[in-house]
Amino acid sequence: MNHNILTTHVDTSSETGLRTEEMLLNVGPQHPSTHGVFRLVVKIDGETIKEAIPVMGYLHRGTEKLAENLTYTQIIPYTDRMDYVSAMTNNYVLCHAVETMMGLEIPERAQFLRLIAMELNRVASHLVWWGTFLLDIGAMGPFLYAFRDRETILDLFNELCGARMTFNYMRVGGVKWDAPPGWIDKAKEFVQYMKKELNNYHQLVTGNEIFISRLNGIGKFDTKTALDYSLSGVMLRSTGVKWDLRKDEPYCIYDRFEFDVPTATEGDCMARYHLRMAEIEQSLRILEQALEQFPSEGEVMGKVPRVIRPPAGETYVRIESPRGEIGCYIASQGKDKPWRLKFRRPSFTNLQILPKLLQGENLSNMVAILGSIDIVLGEVDC
Amino acid sequence: MSDEKRKPTPEEKAAAAAEARAKAESLRKLREQEAQASQEPQEEVSALEVKPVSEMTPEEKAAAKKAAAAEAIAKAKAAKEAKEAAEVETPVAEQQSEAVALPAKPVSEMTPEEKAAAKKAAAAEAIAKAKAAKEQAEASPPPAKPVSEMTPEEKAAAKKAAAAEALAKAKAAKEVKEAAENGADTADSAPDADAKAKAAAAAKAKAAAAAAAKAKAAREAGGDESGDDDAKAKAAAAAKAKAAAAAAAKAKASQATGDEAPAEEAPKAPSKNQPYLDKYVSRISEAFGQEVIEASYINELAKEVPTLTIQNERWHQIAQFLKDDEQLSFEYLSDLHGVDYEDRLEVYYHFYSYKNRQSLAVKVKTSREDSKVASVMDLWHGANWNERETFDLLGIHFPGHKDLRRILLPDDWVGYPLRKDYVQYDEEV
Repeated sequence: MNHNILTTHVDTSSETGLRTEEMLLNVGPQHPSTHGVFRLVVKIDGETIKEAIPVMGYLHRGTEKLAENLTYTQIIPYTDRMDYVSAMTNNYVLCHAVETMMGLEIPERAQFLRLIAMELNRVASHLVWWGTFLLDIGAMGPFLYAFRDRETILDLFNELCGARMTFNYMRVGGVKWDAPPGWIDKAKEFVQYMKKELNNYHQLVTGNEIFISRLNGIGKFDTKTALDYSLSGVMLRSTGVKWDLRKDEPYCIYDRFEFDVPTATEGDCMARYHLRMAEIEQSLRILEQALEQFPSEGEVMGKVPRVIRPPAGETYVRIESPRGEIGCYIASQGKDKPWRLKFRRPSFTNLQILPKLLQGENLSNMVAILGSIDIVLGEVDC
Repeated sequence: MSDEKRKPTPEEKAAAAAEARAKAESLRKLREQEAQASQEPQEEVSALEVKPVSEMTPEEKAAAKKAAAAEAIAKAKAAKEAKEAAEVETPVAEQQSEAVALPAKPVSEMTPEEKAAAKKAAAAEAIAKAKAAKEQAEASPPPAKPVSEMTPEEKAAAKKAAAAEALAKAKAAKEVKEAAENGADTADSAPDADAKAKAAAAAKAKAAAAAAAKAKAAREAGGDESGDDDAKAKAAAAAKAKAAAAAAAKAKASQATGDEAPAEEAPKAPSKNQPYLDKYVSRISEAFGQEVIEASYINELAKEVPTLTIQNERWHQIAQFLKDDEQLSFEYLSDLHGVDYEDRLEVYYHFYSYKNRQSLAVKVKTSREDSKVASVMDLWHGANWNERETFDLLGIHFPGHKDLRRILLPDDWVGYPLRKDYVQYDEEV
């Protein structure tokens, strides 16, 4: 790295008469609070961060390049490995892009299964965030609760598609597997359980004095900044913008269900914490309705040509992932493989604001701010 | 399912020769009818087809196709029977007619013959309803309703309309034998055994008339629908003409292309985003002149997003304008990336205006050898890393970017992987 950060400044004429020295602190790439392989080079003066420079690419696998030599069905498992905490939404965005180009009709039952899978995954993703975020700022216990409950969701997914994490569940035109007998009831049971459990979560953490003082007013930004930095999802909603693609540009069958889009105006870490907790609640609400209305029979795959060849042209679709707006751009030349495939990854885009938020902050707030952005490195590096 | 996938049964083979002969006959008839149809319901045809076929749902396509298929077959049969009145042939031909009609029909939609009358009534009513709704819609500015906005009832109705008509025609051609089993409408239009040759043409007219009559009855029963009886009669006639046109297209085209044939005929309705596109184009050309917009179109494949191709040299000024102009105010950059088209590179931007709740896609072209696209990082800070990524993987330079260096790949990487001619650099080779 040839960057001016390597030159530090020594100040001997400080007001206190003490000799202070700027120093470089390397965080990561192998550091638990970065949630993967993310590196931050931080220039600090005492405990105050002067400048932070993110370095990434440690998990870059060239998904977009690889995809150019794969058929559309073959690309789906690669999307599982981008945002591996919420792979269902990744599956969906790719299928949705291809379906949009081809004008395919998705069977009712498949739509429900997709929506249920995506919402369960959103809950699972927020649970991972909740556990690890609190772990970052020093609370060990919540992590265990969160992962215990998330495991139930992963078990449900295991029954649904045979995998706990990398699902490869959706296909262009529908889903690969129908729900096994009794699965819907198990899911219903989980939703009821989770609704109660969520109260325990709040009792355990939300009112905690130390917790509050570590998050209130930390990592603050306003709407204008959020829009300028192309932030999306909770990052954007925490500044008061009521924007959720599930509501505002409905896809799948989200327009059939009642749910709120929680927003806050503070724009700090605390607001983001509350929003994600409220989103779990809303997801459970959607799940409750969807599981209730789940069609008793029907196809799970629509009528799809054997070889998937979207018409020549380009498309860009975006949906709401747990982390924000995930988009998929496909340039097709009418072949069975994409000419160019591009994912708009919310983690990557949201992370851009990190250097700005860290500037002038106390070093101990660094993990709280990074945690509140909720990134997944598989998605940042793609 | 396309027709070519059908397994040819012995009956079909037997009938194939006759069908071929009949096709010529039916074509001639169709031309006559088209000539007729072109006089009366011409404007209805275009009005009914406001919906671009690209937006048709698979069911609608299937239904349209089925209607065409059934009609062609009915005619083929009638013509054949006129030539050889041998009784033995009839069941074979009937079987064939069913065999052809059925594959196109979704299993769930299979209707017993005796339900045809009721179905047709529903269909006619639906057509009338759709027509009335459309007439209302035409009074106000927004253009035709895309299928995605259609209610399930409307979709189902449209489907039924086509299906019911096809059924009625096939039935009429099937003559007296089946009349006893059939519903009311065949009973009053039961053709004579001697009139086989005329049956197809007659049935068509009768079906339309019956449909119109039923539409009237249905509406009177329904009560709450608006629209006059004439509208319904017209709608029925228009639907008939449409089916006839589809049948003609089908007869002309090979079976394999049956799917696309009607699609090419339907005139495209302007997109719901067309007014927005026009607005953007006019705002930009007012400020910068016509020549800065190299192309402007509605991208049907990307949920009808208005798309502009902007002249590379003026891009930064226009980007500023897109962000600052009161009427445009695209304050949000959703995505930015590059594409290598081998003869050129393109940068694709997807903007969103939270104020106007509108999307806009912009493309800027540049050469592969000296690729330069002005950076928009100073306008939308979110472009920062996206431009770096595009530079990293495609080698597009963004003059004006403050910190343009690789972001995902190591700094000493050689080459730009997403370029189509990229070969990985290897020191050993």
